[in-house]
Amino acid sequence: MWLRIQRLNQWRFVLTSKVCVPQLHTSSTEPASSSCDGLYPGHIHTTPIQKALLAVGSGVAALRDPYRHDMVAVLGEATGHFALINLRDKMKNDPEGYTILTERPRIRLSTIDVANMASLPEGSFGREYIRFLDDNHVTPDSRADVKFVDDEELAYVMLRYREVHDLMHTLLGMPTNMLGEVAVKWFEAAQTGLPMCAFGAVLGPLRLNASRLQTLVTSLGPWALRNGLRARFVLNIFYERRWEQSLEDLRQELNIEPPPVILSAANKTST
Amino acid sequence: MAASMRLLVRRAIRLSHKNITLTAAGAAARSDCCRGSLVCRCFSDEAEDRSTHFGFETVPETEKAKRVYKVFENVAQKYDIMNDAMSLGIHRMWKDTLLHVMHPQPGAQLLDVAGGTGDISFRFLDYIRSQEERQKRRVARSSQTPSWRDISNNYSTQDEPRESRAVVCDINKEMLKVGKQKADSLGVSAGLSWVVGDAEELPFDDDQFDIYTIAFGIRNVTHIDQALQEALRVLKPGGRFMCLEFSKVNNPILSRIYDAYSFQMIPVIGEVIAGDWKSYQYLVESIRKFPNQEEFKGMIEDAGFYCVKYYNLTGGVVALHSGFKL
Repeated sequence: MWLRIQRLNQWRFVLTSKVCVPQLHTSSTEPASSSCDGLYPGHIHTTPIQKALLAVGSGVAALRDPYRHDMVAVLGEATGHFALINLRDKMKNDPEGYTILTERPRIRLSTIDVANMASLPEGSFGREYIRFLDDNHVTPDSRADVKFVDDEELAYVMLRYREVHDLMHTLLGMPTNMLGEVAVKWFEAAQTGLPMCAFGAVLGPLRLNASRLQTLVTSLGPWALRNGLRARFVLNIFYERRWEQSLEDLRQELNIEPPPVILSAANKTST
Repeated sequence: MAASMRLLVRRAIRLSHKNITLTAAGAAARSDCCRGSLVCRCFSDEAEDRSTHFGFETVPETEKAKRVYKVFENVAQKYDIMNDAMSLGIHRMWKDTLLHVMHPQPGAQLLDVAGGTGDISFRFLDYIRSQEERQKRRVARSSQTPSWRDISNNYSTQDEPRESRAVVCDINKEMLKVGKQKADSLGVSAGLSWVVGDAEELPFDDDQFDIYTIAFGIRNVTHIDQALQEALRVLKPGGRFMCLEFSKVNNPILSRIYDAYSFQMIPVIGEVIAGDWKSYQYLVESIRKFPNQEEFKGMIEDAGFYCVKYYNLTGGVVALHSGFKL
């Protein structure tokens, strides 16, 4: 019911926002981004030059400070246009993915029943997700909004990818320290082909110390890549209907091997 | 106190005028006389929901101040870094030029409105200090062989010269907070005060200050004419009004480069450094909405200032306007 209301609200907004026509190709003196809300709430029109500048700027900022999640997000949006089209098509061609595209579920604290999920049996997907959130002190509400994607449906695909990222951590059993994030990035790069994931996968290891780099190169990295290439497409899973499913069962269904190394979330402070 | 009473009286008169025109319009509509139509015309001007510009958007006047407050609340922490990044450091030259044209002497009282992070006030105090040192050196040099005039002057140094003071006034508490932190880290505290206040309604008595500056702030004020009138009020006779503000670039080539840079690069820099695209979009749009050099000069003259002139800096990107209260 809640999802239906949300969906109705989103559709209503899409209908009204399409009425106010955004001018993408105005002269440089009068961009229309301030006069109407764009294609979706939070949308900001950008010219190709601006996207290029954003990509470079956010890339540098993210490299200097990897904890600037908003810069990683902007990098993804500025560089991900073609990859997003590919992802959207993959979702359209799969029945479960198509359901997600039409129903537009959101993973936020207001849409998931945390208390209910915490009371699920041990080893179930929902319970493990809540454990992941607690152990790593993260919340699904800290995801940045999508701003620079110029298509409303692609913006949802990007948003879904972002919100599903934490579920990737749970599925792969990786914590949110640098090593865990890089491993998840390798997996996501193989799965989605987003340039931002590729950059993160290539440049992230530069910030690891020698022992972690070795773990990455010898066991975690190849495992993540191998699974990324052979696993079922992760955006095609309607996770919100699978909280009760056992984690092992879900891994088997998605063709993901359990992690070769158990990383603990306590390694968060030192990279 | 007298100042606020006068403002209240002025407001009351304005409000009563509104009421009169409202009721008169109502009567005129019913009675259909041509005098009524005249009143109706000014009634429509006096409508309750007057709108103004917020960048390229149109917003009700009452909302503009709130939105501007939010913008500066969001950008306060990264304000100085962003200034350097956006202007490639040139904003320091502009502010130095303001001080050189101002040429304040020891004992001057400065009111720095929309002073925010205190750039002008810090420069002011530095300038005064270097002027004082120069004076001391001059005195030391000349007192090697004092003339009878110097000896008699030394007798009259009983009355200490007044200490220079800089008051930083800003409507936004976040900006003042950042400014205070800067002052603490620089170790500057003597002669500096931080006051929360609205440029349209300053919390100071009449005839208080020698110099009034407003640097890159006046375009954010909803009623610029009111701010100018307040400036006239708080300045002493002989006091100087100085305003640094972005203005019109007349050279067509430079203008195109400037526009391209403003609209393409500045919001991007805002997003990357401060994580805030929209505030910097507002910034570049509000520059375009501000009157040009001649128009603004006219507004300053209308407020009652004399000898108003302006200097174009960086080809007109920034204009320094100056006027005197005589």
